[in-house]
Amino acid sequence: MERLSFEFACPGEPAPPAAPVVVGVVASGNLEVLVEGGGPPGRCRLVVETSARGFGEIWEAVLRDFSGRHPLSGLSVSVNDAGATPAVVSLRLDQAVEEYLRRP
Amino acid sequence: MSGAPRRTPRSFREATARRRLEGVLDPGSFREILGPAHRVTSPHLAALDLPVSFDDGAVVGQGLLGASPVLAAAEEGGFMGGAVGEVHGAKLTGLLRLAERERPAGVLLLLDSGGVRLQEANAGLVAVSEVMRAVLSARAAGVPVVALVGGGWGCFGGMGIVARSCDAVAMSEEGRLGVTGPDVLEATKGVEELDASDRALVWRTYGGKHRYLLGEADLLVADDLGAFRAAALSLLSARREPGLEELEREHRHLSRRLEDLGGFSEATEVWRAAGVREPARLPGLEPEAFLRSVSAARRGDR
Repeated sequence: MERLSFEFACPGEPAPPAAPVVVGVVASGNLEVLVEGGGPPGRCRLVVETSARGFGEIWEAVLRDFSGRHPLSGLSVSVNDAGATPAVVSLRLDQAVEEYLRRP
Repeated sequence: MSGAPRRTPRSFREATARRRLEGVLDPGSFREILGPAHRVTSPHLAALDLPVSFDDGAVVGQGLLGASPVLAAAEEGGFMGGAVGEVHGAKLTGLLRLAERERPAGVLLLLDSGGVRLQEANAGLVAVSEVMRAVLSARAAGVPVVALVGGGWGCFGGMGIVARSCDAVAMSEEGRLGVTGPDVLEATKGVEELDASDRALVWRTYGGKHRYLLGEADLLVADDLGAFRAAALSLLSARREPGLEELEREHRHLSRRLEDLGGFSEATEVWRAAGVREPARLPGLEPEAFLRSVSAARRGDR
């Protein structure tokens, strides 16, 4: 397993104080994404645990894109990955944020 | 997501554990206990350098079913085939112990599991046996425990025993129930005993229809969240008094069954012996047509 941590500047709207959301399943070629609020203002924190070592640069690119699409201040994203492709990761991240923003 | 209520069936089998709970319980009523944000993950998988899941593949919590308070758990088959590790099992056990204390209208177990998580060895085995004991304990305290089996991983190994330790079981044809699963059986007894690649044979042997005909499943329902919800509602009142008398009755029933059916090697032979005409067409029938054509033949003497 490899653990990767990223933090990007996210000057957008603050992430609402909604209940945490998890989407996806830790199965081969898939991943689960947990989205929470309450992180440091103006920042977006992402932590990835992945079974595929050596793909840090690709994760950084995919996650940077994601935080550009959803620049929610104080957002915290945690990922358990079992070898998902970058496209699957992007879709899951978008799905997680959409569900998070839909929460009361 | 608003608008007219959806009429299309929503597959139980295709849904994730959380979606199943949302679909079976009263809308919006589920409150998860020890959810993913608590990050109670498996220490054993981490020690083996394997991926963990934030909920260890078990979703547990409280909700309403027909406005009655219930406790409910769902196993996520997508994570390691729903296999029971220490944390996963402890969540099920904890929920059942909570039921003993709080006396809800019932406990629903949405089982989807290949059995014990082999990577966790003895800790997993202990966890499964604790779940069994907790099911019996909750039942002894007067709380009905109902198993719903309709996931893609079926319900095998220790969890197969857990399902049959409940007051009642509802299954879809797609769900499977057993102790030794098809692949393990083929690996240990040979392909002559059971060809695990023959899907029709596997489902005839382990599937919901056969379990229903043997009296091991109380209800056979379509692969639909609404159908499982209706089954759960009707089974909440299906409490069996646990105790020595029930055990002895079950043992007599099983000895009789072994005498009557032990010589057969195929489910269709069992169905024919039970009085089903044209047993070969049973697997192709929709649940309603199936139930009509077997109503007289079911060994329902539990």
